[in-house]
Amino acid sequence: MAALTEEQSLLKEQAKAWARDEASVAKFREMRDSGNEFGFDKATWASIGEMGWAGIVVPEEFGGVDMGYLTFGVVLEELGRQLTASPLLASGLVGATALVLGGSEDQKQAWLPKIADGTATVTLAVDEGPRHAPARTALAAEKTGSGYALRGHKLHVLEGMSADAFVVAARTSGSPGDSAGISLFLVEAGASGLSRQRLITADSRGYASVGFDGVEVASDALLGEVDRGAEVLDAILDRGRAGLAAEMLGTAAQSFDMTLDYLKNRVQFGQVIGSFQALGHRAAGLFTEMEMARSCVEAALQAIDDGSDDVAQLCSLAKCKAGDFLHHMSNELIQIHGGIGMTDEFDAGLYLKRARALEATFGNQAFHRDRYATLIGI
Amino acid sequence: MTDSRDELEDFRAEARAWLEQNFPKSLAGRGGAMMRSESIDESESEALDWAKRLGEKGWGTPTWPAEYGGGGLTQLQAQALHQEMDRARAFNPLIRTTGMGITMVGPTILEYGTEDQKQRHIPKICRGEVFWSLGYSEPNAGSDLASLSTRAEDVGDHWVVNGQKTWTSGADISDWCGVLVRTDFKAEKRDGISFLMIDMHQPGVETRPIRLIGGASPFCETFFNDARAEKNEMLGELNAGWTVGKRLLQHERASQTGATSGMGGGARRSLRDVAREYAGVDGDGRLADADLRSRLTAHMMDAKSHSLTLARVTAEARGSAKVSAAASILKNAASLVAQQRAELIVEMMGHNGLGWEGEGFSPEELDAVRAWLSGKAMSIYGGSAEIQNNIIAKNILGLPENTQRG
Repeated sequence: MAALTEEQSLLKEQAKAWARDEASVAKFREMRDSGNEFGFDKATWASIGEMGWAGIVVPEEFGGVDMGYLTFGVVLEELGRQLTASPLLASGLVGATALVLGGSEDQKQAWLPKIADGTATVTLAVDEGPRHAPARTALAAEKTGSGYALRGHKLHVLEGMSADAFVVAARTSGSPGDSAGISLFLVEAGASGLSRQRLITADSRGYASVGFDGVEVASDALLGEVDRGAEVLDAILDRGRAGLAAEMLGTAAQSFDMTLDYLKNRVQFGQVIGSFQALGHRAAGLFTEMEMARSCVEAALQAIDDGSDDVAQLCSLAKCKAGDFLHHMSNELIQIHGGIGMTDEFDAGLYLKRARALEATFGNQAFHRDRYATLIGI
Repeated sequence: MTDSRDELEDFRAEARAWLEQNFPKSLAGRGGAMMRSESIDESESEALDWAKRLGEKGWGTPTWPAEYGGGGLTQLQAQALHQEMDRARAFNPLIRTTGMGITMVGPTILEYGTEDQKQRHIPKICRGEVFWSLGYSEPNAGSDLASLSTRAEDVGDHWVVNGQKTWTSGADISDWCGVLVRTDFKAEKRDGISFLMIDMHQPGVETRPIRLIGGASPFCETFFNDARAEKNEMLGELNAGWTVGKRLLQHERASQTGATSGMGGGARRSLRDVAREYAGVDGDGRLADADLRSRLTAHMMDAKSHSLTLARVTAEARGSAKVSAAASILKNAASLVAQQRAELIVEMMGHNGLGWEGEGFSPEELDAVRAWLSGKAMSIYGGSAEIQNNIIAKNILGLPENTQRG
C-alpha cells in the first residue's frame, strides 16, 4: 500500500490475519449454504464489533476511534480479499457517515455508540429502481401535524434484512429527477407501516426491498435540512463509494493472487502454464491495471481525510477504476482457471458474483464515468 | 555537501549576477523553440555565444567535477542555479547540442571511464564541443539487443569495426558514437559484448537519415566498414559492455515514465477545450457526441490514474530502489495514455486532424498529426511494451522465464 502510517500497517496485518483465520471465504461459503437470510454470520459480526472496526470513522466522543477513511479502506480491502460478509461497510461506514455528516446531536447520541460497537446497524435506503439513480427519488414524505408520513419503496437496500434503522432518501418537494427537494429521514426498522422482503441475489448477501406504507415519523427524524438532502446524500454516497472501491480492490487483488498462484503451479504440455507468454503478458497487464486502480482508491480515501475539494471527482475515479479492474480480473480468474474455475466447489465463482454486485452498488462504471465527465465539464 | 544557508545564498547571488552579465536578454524565454533542433542555427550568433559562455563556465554540466570542466557544484547549488536560470528565463542549449553527451554518455564515462578517457572526453562535452550519438540497435537486434552482430576485431594497435547500427539518433551530425560491439564470438551472447567509443569523422563510417511516418526524424542508419577504434576507447572492461550499456540505458528509461505532460500528445490547449470546440456541446453543456464524451472521459481517468500512480510510487519509494521495479508498469501506462490522447485529438479534429502541411490548417492541427504519428514510437523504444510485459512477468510477478530470453 501507499505510504501507510505505522498504525495503518499494523491494522492491515491484523485485519489480514483475522480475515484469513476467522472469516475466510470458506466461512462465507458455509453461511451461504446455510441459507442465512441476513447474508452474514452473527458471530463474525460480533467479533468485528469487538475489534472496534465499525467505529473507525465515528468520533471518539461517540465511542469510536476516529481514524479516518484511509484506515477504514485498509480493513475493507483485507476483508474484501476473503469475501467476509458483514454490515461493516453498510453500517460502520455508510450509516455512521450519514449520522456524522447529517445527524442532529440527539441522533448521534442515540445511534453512533451502538454503530461503533456493532450492537446496532444503520443502513442507507436510497435507490428505488434496479439502477443507481439518487436524483430519481420518488418515495414521498408528506407533512403531517407532528412530522411526516413516508409512502413508497426502496430497492436493494444493503444489509436491509438485519438493519435496526434506515437513513431514507425521500422527496419533500420537486419531482423525480430533481436534486432539490430530497430530504433524509432516520427511520427505525420497527416503525409501523414499514415492511421488508428479502432479495435473494447471486452474491448471497442480505439485500432487502423495503416498503413504506404511510410510515409516521416525528420532525426530529429529519437528518439534515428539509429539501436539501441531496448534497449530504452525495457526500455520504461518495464515502461509501470510496469504501466499496477499497473492498473491490481487495476482492480483485485476491483474484489476482489466486490466478498468479495457478499460473505458477498448473502444468500442461510438460511445463507450468505461467511460462507461456500469452498468459504471462495477461498477468502483467492485470498487474499494471491493479497498480493504477490502487493509486485511485488510496487517493480518494486520502482526499476524504484531507477534506480536499476534489473528493467527488476522486471517488468517482476510484469506484470506476476499481470496478473496471475487478470486472476484468474476475473474468480472467474464471478463464485462466479453465474448467475448475466453472465449478461451484472452487471459489472463483464466488468472487465473480460478488464482483458484479459490488460494481452495481452506488453506481457502476458507466454511472461514474458520466458523473466524472460532468464534474470536469465535458 | 555542507552548504550553509549563507553560503548557498552567496552562491545564488553569484549565479544571478553571472546570468545577468552573460545570458543575452534577447534569448529570454526562447529555450523551447531553440531546443527543438539538435544544433543552433549559424545565424543565431547570440545563441552560439551563450552556449559557449555557459560551456566555459561549466554550468551546462553543473554537478560534474570541475577538474574535467564541469561546474563542480553541489546538488543544492545546482538547484539554485536552475532556479536562477528559470527566473531569468534562460535555458541550457548544451543538453541538445551535445546529443546524448550530457544526458547519457557523460555520466557513464564518469562512472566507468579511465582517467585518460575522462580527461579526453568530459571537458569537450562540458564545453559543448562534441555531439554524441549511440549505436545500440541493429536491423536484426531490436528487442533482442544482446544478439547484436556488429563486430570489433583486435588487430594489434586498434580495433576494426564492421556492421550496421540503426535508430542512431543524430548519428549524421555526431562527432562520437558509443557503440555496442561483439568482441567475443564464442561466449554466451551477453558475455561477448564491449562498449567502444568511435570517432565518427573517418572514412569507415557512413550514415543515412531515416524518414519516419511522421516525416523527418533525427534517426539514422549507421554503417561501419572497417572503421577504426583506438585501443584506449573501450569504456569498461573487454566483454563487459552489456553491463556498461545497461547502466547507460537506465538513464534513458528513467525519463520515460511520465509522458502526459509537457510535449506529449500534441495539443496546445487542454483536451476539454479542444473537444468542446470541435465536437460542440448540447443544451446541458455536455459534449454533443455522447460516444466521444464517454471515451474521452475514460481516457482522462486513465491519465489521472497514471499520474496518481507516479505520485504514489514516488511517495512509497522514499529513496529506496523500488522505483526501478515500477518503471516498466509506468512506462507501459504512460505510452498507452499518450497514444490514446493523440488518437483522440486527431479524431476530434476530424479531417483537419490529418492536415500535413501548408494552408488550411491551424498550427495546432499540424502539430497534432505529427505528434500522433511520432507517438507510436513510445511503445517501441526503450524496450517495447511487450518487452516491458516480459520484465513485469519475470521480475515482479516471478513467473518462470519464457522462451524469449531478453
